[in-house]
Amino acid sequence: MPVIEIGNLVKTFGSVRALDGLDLRVEAGEVHGFLGPNGSGKSTTIRILLGLLRRDAGEARVFDADPWRDAVALHRRLAYVPGDVSLWPNLSGGEAIDLFGKLRGGLDRRRRDELLDHFDLDPTRKCRTYSKGNRQKVAIVAAFASNVELYVLDEPTSGLDPLMEAVFQDEVRRIKADGATVLLSSHVLAEVEALCDRVSIIREGRTVESGTLTELRHLTRTAVTVETARPLTGLEALPGVHAIREVDGRTHLEVEPAHLDELLGHLVRFGVRALTSTPPTLEELFLRHYGDERPAAEAAGVNGRRAGAR
Amino acid sequence: MSALTGTGTLARLVLRRDRVRLAIWVLGAPLLGYALAQSVVSVYPDEPARLGYATTSASSLVARAFNGPIAGSDLGAVVVAETYITLALIFALLSTFAVVRHTRQNEETGRAELLGAAVVGRYALLTAALLVVVAANVAAAALLAAGLAGAGLPLAGSVVAAAAIGGVGVAFTGVAAVTAQLSVTSRGANALAAAAVGVAFLLRAAGDVLGDQTDGGVRVESAWPSWLSPLGWGNQVRAYVDDRWWVLALPVALLLAAVAAAYALAERRDIGAGLVAPRRGPASAAAGLLSPAGLAWRLQRGTLLGWAVGVAVLGFSMGIAGDEFNAMIEENPAAAEAIAAMGGGADLIDAYLAAMLGLFALTIGAYVVQAMLRVRGDESDGVLEAVLATGVSRGRWLGTQVAAAALGALALVLLAGLTTGLGYGLVAGDPVGRAVDLGGAALLRLPALLVVAGVVTALFGLLPRWSVVLSWAALLVFLLLGQLGAVLELPQAALNLSPYTHIPSVPAVEATALPLVVLTAVAVALLAAGAAAFRHRDVPS
Repeated sequence: MPVIEIGNLVKTFGSVRALDGLDLRVEAGEVHGFLGPNGSGKSTTIRILLGLLRRDAGEARVFDADPWRDAVALHRRLAYVPGDVSLWPNLSGGEAIDLFGKLRGGLDRRRRDELLDHFDLDPTRKCRTYSKGNRQKVAIVAAFASNVELYVLDEPTSGLDPLMEAVFQDEVRRIKADGATVLLSSHVLAEVEALCDRVSIIREGRTVESGTLTELRHLTRTAVTVETARPLTGLEALPGVHAIREVDGRTHLEVEPAHLDELLGHLVRFGVRALTSTPPTLEELFLRHYGDERPAAEAAGVNGRRAGAR
Repeated sequence: MSALTGTGTLARLVLRRDRVRLAIWVLGAPLLGYALAQSVVSVYPDEPARLGYATTSASSLVARAFNGPIAGSDLGAVVVAETYITLALIFALLSTFAVVRHTRQNEETGRAELLGAAVVGRYALLTAALLVVVAANVAAAALLAAGLAGAGLPLAGSVVAAAAIGGVGVAFTGVAAVTAQLSVTSRGANALAAAAVGVAFLLRAAGDVLGDQTDGGVRVESAWPSWLSPLGWGNQVRAYVDDRWWVLALPVALLLAAVAAAYALAERRDIGAGLVAPRRGPASAAAGLLSPAGLAWRLQRGTLLGWAVGVAVLGFSMGIAGDEFNAMIEENPAAAEAIAAMGGGADLIDAYLAAMLGLFALTIGAYVVQAMLRVRGDESDGVLEAVLATGVSRGRWLGTQVAAAALGALALVLLAGLTTGLGYGLVAGDPVGRAVDLGGAALLRLPALLVVAGVVTALFGLLPRWSVVLSWAALLVFLLLGQLGAVLELPQAALNLSPYTHIPSVPAVEATALPLVVLTAVAVALLAAGAAAFRHRDVPS
């Protein structure tokens, strides 16, 4: 039974279709990365999962319950860190943490004090005087000090320094070791790579990829540079080969990992003299999904469709 | 780069952000002035009617305290007496809110930081706000002058009268420029500025009450406290009678002094900071805070305390003034007749006390709107989202806010009745008995306040984005219907729109249960509609 299950979710604001058939599945005990460009619908999805927004169509289940109808019961089993933490200006940080903990149904005092120490947060300061990073720490401490089954974290570390980022990653590993499930929306790729078992990438309100990072890497093209004894021909006819260009007698191309084998079989017939192959970096993986087109290919002027149109 | 670089661009930004608000103010206030003036002209068409009105106004301490010192029996003087304080308060409060909105609120939200990092001088934000607000005052005053003249009053006097009212706005523009430097929150800056308006009102009222009746009994020469009050200066101009232009130098001088002070303060502090360093709080929360009710009490207690002090002081003063009112009636049977006709009751002092309780109920309506609009404030700044993601249901959260506002209103009306009764009892005998009687009479006003809470709740549920503007507009309509409905000779159907119209005017008349029951039912219906809509809508929206 997945902890979060979303199918074909639709949410519109006026004429804007914020979510347009989104799918998401988060299994129990996993840390699930939730990625996408700004404005792609991550926060809207999270607000629907929290029963704050009402879905227009599709399915959304949390712990196999309806997040809109059973909001309060569900909220006792989860903790939420909003992307933009807003607090009561005239309460102290410590008071805000205790209040959130109590409203959520209880707080582990020992954990709370430990976390304050780890995150180096002064609980006696008024919330009005906190920086963005410190307000986030208040929400993070309040969430991690509650003993819940699901943590919904919306860009929780966008205001934290690298030291605090490391503390945050330790804490996520700890709650994962305790068996909790985490939905982590983030733009910090190193954080995603370090923490997430699986990721879902969304764009314009739809899920474009979902799986483990290894699986996603397989979906992305490998860059190959090859030098052969005889002139290379017939590459265009091969499946999964893109962006072919010749520079100084070397051929540069990109190939989908699934078709790497066929490409190599083809190349050996021309007498390979030199061959390099570079797997995609995580960054390239995201740029491919975030941007309109792949910037590298476009800059080189070999994007078939655009180049042909010129 | 000078300290004023970018002022022009920022002033255009202020105009762009507030184009609707400013338009409503600049067009609406003169329109209201025109309507009021025209109705006064029709109610007091001839010299005997105006003479009677002026004599009553000059001899009644209550009229002096609320309407100010009448300058004579000319038509213009009567119009000023009937309209000045309403228009002056509108100009004063709108000016202060506008200044704070474009100065301290920008700092609080961080917009000022973003703008300050651009090619913008240190004083540019403040100067841009002041330029626009002063210009709005000038424009509104110009239109008001046209409106007064259009209602059939002499042109020269109309210009002076409108300038006097615009001068009040200009003076409080300066006051707000200073309070925006002092407090770190826009709420605090607005509260300080509003307190300054309140003090100005009390000073003026004291000076006018203590003044002498001259010129055959149709003029009041104010005592010195009125000269300390920017609200008093507008009266001292004596538009239509003496047209003392030179008095208008006072608000201009105050503006210049206040702006200089504000610049000096801005020079000495960091962006976002106030003059008072923020205090530390406890490292962990007391048990009493850890519930929606505890939180509501914690967030409201400061505001409620401020209101309680104000209500108690005002109630006590009004109670004590009741005895002077008695003496005044004995000396002036003509005035007694006039008030009997206005109050409707047989016993004049009861009519006076009932009128005071009615005024308190209207004023406390502002507390209810302010307290209830916290729900919208929490929603727009994002706190509500975090709270509703915990184990607190929407119904429980909203119910707690309504209960807190209703209990606050209950405490304030009760306090108003008790202090008024106590004050009157101390000068007329039987303080405890009168305090208890008036406390009970004041509680009868509570259903109207519940309707106000219901209106805000319904707007919050159904039209969240418009709830702030419409809630205040609704209260303003209730206020205008109550205070000016009779002057404007509005039909009863219009007057019935205000819940305050239906409250039995105890102790002037006998209490009747039916209107109270109906009002409570209306309040419950509005609250239920608001809560149902809130449970079914998106948060935030």
